[in-house]
Amino acid sequence: MTKNSGNEHLFRYVLALGDDAMVLGQGLSDWCSRGPYLEEDLALANVALDYLGRARMFYDYAAQLEGKGRNEDDLAFFRDSREYRNYLLHELPHGDFAYTMARQLMVDIYSVEYLTALIKSSDETLSAIAQRTLKESQYHLRRSRTWVVRLGDGTEESHRRIQTAFDELWGYTHELFEPDEGEKTLAAEGIAVDCSTIKDAWDRAVNGVLAEATLTRPDEDWAVRGGRKGIHTESLGPMLAEMQYMQRAYPGLEW
Amino acid sequence: MGADIILVPELLASRRSRRNNSECAELWSALDSVTDPEIPVLSIWDLGILHNVELDGSQVVVTITPTYSGCPAMDEISREIKNLLSSNFELDVIVRVSLSPAWSTDLISLEGKQKLREYGIAPPLERGATERSIACPQCNSQDTEYISEFASTACKALYKCRSCGEPFDYFKCI
Repeated sequence: MTKNSGNEHLFRYVLALGDDAMVLGQGLSDWCSRGPYLEEDLALANVALDYLGRARMFYDYAAQLEGKGRNEDDLAFFRDSREYRNYLLHELPHGDFAYTMARQLMVDIYSVEYLTALIKSSDETLSAIAQRTLKESQYHLRRSRTWVVRLGDGTEESHRRIQTAFDELWGYTHELFEPDEGEKTLAAEGIAVDCSTIKDAWDRAVNGVLAEATLTRPDEDWAVRGGRKGIHTESLGPMLAEMQYMQRAYPGLEW
Repeated sequence: MGADIILVPELLASRRSRRNNSECAELWSALDSVTDPEIPVLSIWDLGILHNVELDGSQVVVTITPTYSGCPAMDEISREIKNLLSSNFELDVIVRVSLSPAWSTDLISLEGKQKLREYGIAPPLERGATERSIACPQCNSQDTEYISEFASTACKALYKCRSCGEPFDYFKCI
């Protein structure tokens, strides 16, 4: 394992991957008891749980890398929004069901491509996490893909809603393919994934589903960025406030 | 009539040989009483979660591998392993959770699949199985329909039998 040159880079990299999973999992869990019907309710809660598990693995590893005695819970509950470095797409409110599924499709395709590349990482822990989680993302994608096609190629109303969802989300996808300096350094060392390299595969896969769902690929002419720099939308603060409330009020509380 | 040749997936075979060649067979056997809290008929061995048991003096390292990233049963299972081995064998127990090799349904033993069926959960299909339909664990009918990719836990999907009308969980193949 290479841990010398880029220990700080590696810590930040792993932490950001944890933030992506944590914030998306927390947001998805909002659907619990509010799904359109029972099976969907369970499915969304299960997907949320997979992300929570993923966040724990990344946070646990990040805490080890940092070596300052913080643990996974400290990283999740005692950092403010500016310290969270998740991509903005993950923190957006879940919207209606079409909005959740449109985002899930884009995230699932991204995860499958990203984790497939991360398996080749020279860092054994990252490779092991990727092996474990890739199977889950492939399974998630089966479902989000089916839903996007069903809604897009469904009724006039469902088509309108899911097209609107893609239109509103698209501008947040650009930063997913823009590595920061730390990531570039780690990618050159064979540790991190250079996310710009999975853009073509992502485009092809997303275009394929959009075509099958009779949807139009949205305009490329707007983009919102900032997640990896800790600059967030207005959604993250309230989400963290709710998520962190108990540990902030009663530090170290255990069930 | 030729004898049936049962092909055993590589991961399962190597795990079996670790157990058969182990010098602490009594610990492996003792751990057969630890079950998945969600599926109490399956031991952690049957389910393929128990990866290795290594005894070194008075210390034992038990390696387990999670089925799903967020599986809440792992904490419970770790606790049970610790309690069992420390109280019955007076050992210092370390439970290591290993992500690699990633757990897959290939690791569920044949006996485990049989127990799942008897418990009312359709076991995962063999990898590369040509027959894709899921048989109802209640009446064995092949006339079943898929309801949802997820069911009562992350590792299961939901099906319904058209013959006997019962809904049932299917342990999904990953």
